[in-house]
This record gives sequence, structure tokens and C-alpha cells, in this order.
Amino acid sequence: MAFESLTQKLNDVFKKLRGKGKLSEADVKQAMKEVRLALLEADVNFKVVKDLISKITERAIGQEVMESLTPAQQVIKIVNEELTLLMGSTQSKVDFSKEITIIMLVGLQGSGKTTTAGKLGKLLSKSGKKPLLVAADVYRPAAITQLKIVGEKVGLPVFTMGQQDPVDISKASIDYAKKHNHDVVIIDTAGRLHVDDDLMNELVNISHAINPSEILLVVDSMTGQDAVNVAEEFNNRLQLTGLILTKLDGDSRGGAALSVKAVTGCPIKYVGMGEKLDDLEIFHPERMASRILGMGDVLTLIEKATADFDLKKAQELEDKLRTQSFDLNDFMDQLSQVKKMGSLDQILNMIPGFSPQKLKGVEIDDKELSRVEAIINSMTLEERSNPSIINGSRRKRIAAGSGTAIQDVNRLLKQYAQTKKMIKQFAGSDKSRKRSRQRLPFFNF
Amino acid sequence: MAFFDKLKQSLSKTRESFSEKFDNILKFNKKIDEETFEELEELLISADVGVSTTQMLIEKLKENSKKITTAEELKAVLKEEIMDLFPKENISLTYPTVMLVVGVNGVGKTTSIGKLANIYKNQGKKVILAAADTFRAAAIDQLEIWAQRVGVDVIKHQEGADPASVLFDALQAGKARKADLIICDTAGRLHTKKNLMDELKKLYRVCQKEYPQANVVSLIVLDATTGQNALIQAKMFKEAVNFSGIILTKLDGTAKGGIVIAIASELGIPVWYIGVGEGINDLHEFNSQDFVDAIFA
Repeated sequence: MAFESLTQKLNDVFKKLRGKGKLSEADVKQAMKEVRLALLEADVNFKVVKDLISKITERAIGQEVMESLTPAQQVIKIVNEELTLLMGSTQSKVDFSKEITIIMLVGLQGSGKTTTAGKLGKLLSKSGKKPLLVAADVYRPAAITQLKIVGEKVGLPVFTMGQQDPVDISKASIDYAKKHNHDVVIIDTAGRLHVDDDLMNELVNISHAINPSEILLVVDSMTGQDAVNVAEEFNNRLQLTGLILTKLDGDSRGGAALSVKAVTGCPIKYVGMGEKLDDLEIFHPERMASRILGMGDVLTLIEKATADFDLKKAQELEDKLRTQSFDLNDFMDQLSQVKKMGSLDQILNMIPGFSPQKLKGVEIDDKELSRVEAIINSMTLEERSNPSIINGSRRKRIAAGSGTAIQDVNRLLKQYAQTKKMIKQFAGSDKSRKRSRQRLPFFNF
Repeated sequence: MAFFDKLKQSLSKTRESFSEKFDNILKFNKKIDEETFEELEELLISADVGVSTTQMLIEKLKENSKKITTAEELKAVLKEEIMDLFPKENISLTYPTVMLVVGVNGVGKTTSIGKLANIYKNQGKKVILAAADTFRAAAIDQLEIWAQRVGVDVIKHQEGADPASVLFDALQAGKARKADLIICDTAGRLHTKKNLMDELKKLYRVCQKEYPQANVVSLIVLDATTGQNALIQAKMFKEAVNFSGIILTKLDGTAKGGIVIAIASELGIPVWYIGVGEGINDLHEFNSQDFVDAIFA
């Protein structure tokens, strides 16, 4: 997860501050020096850092702070507030007011426009829109094919006209969208350098021809000091409406995220969090700030859970729990529900108090779930609904069938038994409010 | 010298801003004092040189500054310090060679391979490309188009195939067709994904095992616009495939490419090639002398 290292560095600075009862001006200055280095190492633009540090210092050596009972806490609070302010304080939504919402994706080469186009299309179609993807990258070899394949994977139509003029392609795609009742058009443009005059003019021409609701700049979160120059230039030419930050699942410290917003004033609207076509999230600045400061992100977790859980299945499960007829089939349903929410380490990152540093060295094995699936799939229907009949020779067969060891099968059956026992307690505990403190056997990593 | 001109031209944006700023600083601060160094520090950091390398360079400058009185001298010293950081190594390949090209997503691996193939084909080598990026949509098509442009063979499977088996076939083909150079494209991967890094290690092992007579060389592709994260990328990929050199791409933008200086200083890894455009001839051998000269010219 990005920001980890910045978080860690800031925490180190704060720790030193906390140890002090009284703060002198020199203490604050020293701390600010370290904050400055931490931010610079995180690729925050040096101009932005300069502004930020002088703002924080000014506030921090003011009387209010120095005379308060806990000056260190006050300083930390000020740093947090200023960082949050930098990222913007409220979520900015995509403008869907027009009949057809045209979204243009622009950016440097390799920032991830084509993949993002697919992800964005999928995200919007989940919320009931009918997006059309448009292949306007006529320069890079096989870019059109790539978008076609991505479109197929997410189940969305792709409008192509071969290697023609991107302005004509864009215009034609809007007519096509009108005819075929699409309410969102996502235009994938070719990657280009912000100093390439001809290609930048091409973007301006497209924009004039189709008057898009949104022009989003796709920025690689690993970009260095140059991110600001790029964003400024694109913004001057095109009046960007927002940014999409990609590859945030690496360990980049994401300083670009902090600076670009500060310098251009363009809000970050979406962030790419992984390689799968589901891994695009709406950006919530306040939540991201709390992630940077190590406070977890429960809201996103809850949203993910509610968006991906199947309501009907949940209802069925509730009935089963009530009648206590929870069998291995249901067990597997539960597992696949968890799997749908994304990879386990992504989920864990959103849990407050779950610092990634603590997890260092622990490999979270997503394959564990597939193994369990394989074991259950190797059972007969009868065995699944009535696991008590699974004896020694059946275990042997299941292990062989699923390519696992007998021990794995045993472990699974034990976990199932524990889960069932717990469910019994839940179902029967209506009278006595005493909740069992047992943890779900599947989350004891 | 055509190459020097091209580099100078492509670095002109870097140079203008860098040199201009540098001259400005020295103009407004006639005396060399603490403020001069502070501003120089900012200048280097804004070029993505990185905090620790910058501080190291500034320290060295300070040590020598007692004798320095003029701006020109200060410039010359800084230039020399930066030059000293680059390892002095030339690209030397013994054939047959298998070249693994690795890097994170979107840095320009496939494009660089197309250009590399062109360079070696023009040197009279027989080149085979292996399309082992079986993950990204249309990556195989993209490599094929490059292979056609250059006029070399490409070994490919279906999208989603096992990259190791593609490489295996390419090695067999290379042996049979007596290729001098097999260049293997790999899928972009973030250095933090352990299983994907393991997959790379496997590719490396396949080369060693299936073609022990060949020389296995790994190259990492880094995007010049990348910031400090490039250092970590280099460290992690070094662990996985022990690459010998860097291809630095997209130097034709305004990105200062200063990260190369940081990598040279902290990891001692040489840059082999730089990419300065989208054309087939826009890949050049890196020359630290020219690079630094072009920046300060």
C-alpha cells in the first residue's frame, strides 16, 4: 500500500515530539526539518513542501500551541490538518448532468489510460450506466486491440475506426452512442508528452469537437517531481476536471497525489489499486488522509462489503443460520463472498489499528481460499450437505482429488465444525446476551 | 557528433531549466554562501536526484567551496562530482546472449525491446524476440508489430499462457536457428508483488537451466518521470534477476532524469541505454560524459 513509508516516517517524528513536555521553537524547527525530508523523499513537489512547512511552522510556533498543555499533540494535529487540506477536503463527483456523459482520459505514455478506461467502464456499469469505450489511441502499436480485449473482459462495447484521425473517431463515437442508447462515453486517447505541441493540439481539437463533461488526467502515482509540470501543462491546455491516480498498490509514497492537487487545484476522482479490472476506487480525500496517518479506512471496507455481497444469498444464509442447517455448500458461498471483495491484504489494509508494519514478513496467501474451494469441490454432493459421513477413506479420496494432503482436509473439516459450533451459539444466544468471544476461525492469520 | 546533438536536443528542456536556474542562482547570489547551497539543494531535488544523494553532493561541494570564488568553478566542481558517481563500464556482450527485460507497468519495456532489436540487428546479429508478457491485453500483438518493423522473428503463445513456457520455446528456437541474441519481453509487475517477482526468478532459472551455454543478461527499464520509487524498484528487481544495466526511457519530456544519478550513487548500477522518443532509432547508448555535459551545456 502506498503511503506506508511516509506514515512511518511521520510517526517517527511525532514520537520524538511526544516525549517532550514543553516545546521550544528549536524543537518545532527540528521536527519540521524532518517532516520536510520525509515529504521530499516521498516525491512531494519541493515547492509544495516549502509552502506546507512554512504554514505549519507559522501555526505551530504561535502562542496557542506553545501555551497549551499538550504542545506536541497540537503540532501533530496541525500537521494532520494541513495534509488533509492539501488533498482536498471533500469528494468530488463526476458530472453526470448531461444526456451523454463524455469522459476523456489523457496522460503520458504508460500511465495506465487503456486499463483505466476498462476499469472505469466497469465501475460505472455497476452503478447502472451504459458506457461505451472509444479507442482513440491510433499511435501505439496494438493499443486498439488492447482496448478491445479489455472491453470484452468487462463486457462493454468498444467503438473503433482503425487508425483514422482521433478527432473524427471521437465525433463518430458520440453519434454511435446516441444511436445505441449509451449514456457514458469513455475516450481512451494516446499517451503523449506534455511538451509535444502537435499531439497536445490534437487533444484540444478533440475537446472542442465533442465538448466532454470530464477531462481526466491519468497520473502514475510513482511519478517524481515532474508530476506537477505535467499536470500543470495538461491543465493549461485542456482545463482538466480531475485526476485518476494509478498503480497506488505499489509502495510508492504517493507524493504526486499530494502535490498535483495542490498545484493545479484539480481534484483526484479515482484511484487504481491493482491489476484486476475491479481495482478502481472512488477517491475519498478524508479517507486517504486517515490511511496516510494510519487510522484505517472502515468506510471503504463497509462499502466494498455491501457492494459485493449478494443480498439474496445473505437472506438465504440468515435462514440457514436460524434453522442451523449450515453445511459445506454454504461454507463455500461465504468464502467466495469474501474473495469477491478483493485480495486479503487489500482488505486488511483498511482495518483500523492494523498497521502493515506489524504484518511485515507475514505472507497472506490468497491461494489458501482456492485450496479450500478445491477440497470442497472434490466432495460428493452428499458429503457436502452432510459432512459427518466423511470417514478415513473418503478423506483420502478428497485429498487426492483436490491435490492436497489429508491434513488439509482434516483442517478444513475442523474449521467447518468450529464455524458451525459458533453459529449454534449465535443462534441460541438470543436469550443470554453473552456473546461468545471466539474469533471466526478463518480470520486467525 | 550526431548522437551528442540528439541527446543535447532531447535534453534541451532539462538543460534550459537546469542551467537557467543554476545561472540565476549564481547571478543573484554573487557571494557563495549558505543560501546558495540551499537553493542548489532545491534544484537537485527538483530534478529527482533524491534527498540523500543531493545532501551528499552538497556536502562535497561545501568541502571544496573554500577555494571556489566564481560561479563557473562551482559549476565545474558539481559536474565533476556527478560524473564521478557513474560506474565506468561499457556494454559488452558475448554471444549467444539471452536478455531478460523487466520493469514495473507502463515504463516502456515492449517499445524498448523493439528498439533494442533494431540496434542489434543493425550490428549484424541474429535476434529472436520472446513474447513472454502473456498478461497484459494485446502485449503480444504490440511486440509482433515491432518485430515486423525491425524484421526479426518472434516466438509467442496465447494470451494467458505460462511465460516460462514461452521463454522455453524461444530458447529452443534460438538454439535451432543459431540466434545470437534472444530478447525476452516480460509483463510489467510492481516490485511489491511477491508472487510475480517469483515468476521472474523462474524465468531467470529457465534461461540458466535450458541454455547454459548462453550468457544471461537482465536489463531493467525505468521511466525517467519516476521519482524516488525507482530506487526501490531497482533494489527489488536486482534481488530477483540481478540485472546488469538500466534502460532509462522517456527522457524526451521535461523529466530531469536525475534519478539515474541517485541510482548510480546508491546502487552503483550503470545505465546502458536511454530512450528519447517513440521512433525506432530513439534508443541510444548512455554516455555519462555526454549526459552531464548536455545537462550543463
